Amino acid sequence: MVYLTRIEHFNAAHKLYNDSWSREQNEAVFGKCANENWHGHNYELYVTIKGEPNVETGFLFDVKKLSAIINSTIIEKLDHKNLNMDVDFMKGEMCSTENLAIGIWNELEQNLPSGVHLHCVKLHETPRIYVEYFGESGGKL
Amino acid sequence: MSKVAVFRREHFNAAHRLFNAAWDNAKNDAVFGKCNNPNYHGHNYELEVRLAGEPDPETGYVYDLKKLSDLIHEQVIEKFDHKNLNLDTKYFVKLNPTAENIAIVIYNILREKINPSLDLKIRLYETERNFVEYPVG
Repeated sequence: MVYLTRIEHFNAAHKLYNDSWSREQNEAVFGKCANENWHGHNYELYVTIKGEPNVETGFLFDVKKLSAIINSTIIEKLDHKNLNMDVDFMKGEMCSTENLAIGIWNELEQNLPSGVHLHCVKLHETPRIYVEYFGESGGKL
Repeated sequence: MSKVAVFRREHFNAAHRLFNAAWDNAKNDAVFGKCNNPNYHGHNYELEVRLAGEPDPETGYVYDLKKLSDLIHEQVIEKFDHKNLNLDTKYFVKLNPTAENIAIVIYNILREKINPSLDLKIRLYETERNFVEYPVG
């Protein structure tokens, strides 16, 4: 088993705000992240796939193609966008880094060719804060 | 005595949008591209503040860096962190919040609060790869 990672990045606005709560409750739970006029981040996205290298190419998967899939299915939807307002797959979801990583996994999984297995979506919100998602199986497959 | 430069690095996360209200949408899109998204986008800004001067003979400090950190927090970070630079700060009501203009604004804020005998320079990273410096030289 080999793991291959491609790093991409996007810059976006968001806020953490639960519409079913009062403003006071949102501020108590989310603090300055609940700022109603948004704030933003430079996100760094690490997409890791796993498998055995192809005997003829030596590749697990052509990483240029992996980059093109990540860009066309994820980055174009997220880069220079408002994650709460502009992104179809985050509609109705709380816009935390955790949920964004899960959303990215679900989008990618639908768009990777069969035989290419997603291992991990790691998403940095800042250089010091990141989440990892290994799919519903927790990476045990 | 020899001049020494001291630096303090801080950071803030903010939303912004680049557009010129005097232009129509087509021209804003042509000039600012995706930075003109009406619903804003955002960055992790990294701010470097440089002070240059002669170390004080009694303390050995050009400037107490803890005090510099406190000053930057009070004067800049509290105003910009987790804010929308266009909507939540008074500085960019009419001024486009480009990295260039943000650096000039930060310089002007801090310049008033720091002894004029010290040279002040601002370096602002909008991304790891895009950064500006003010003043030049």
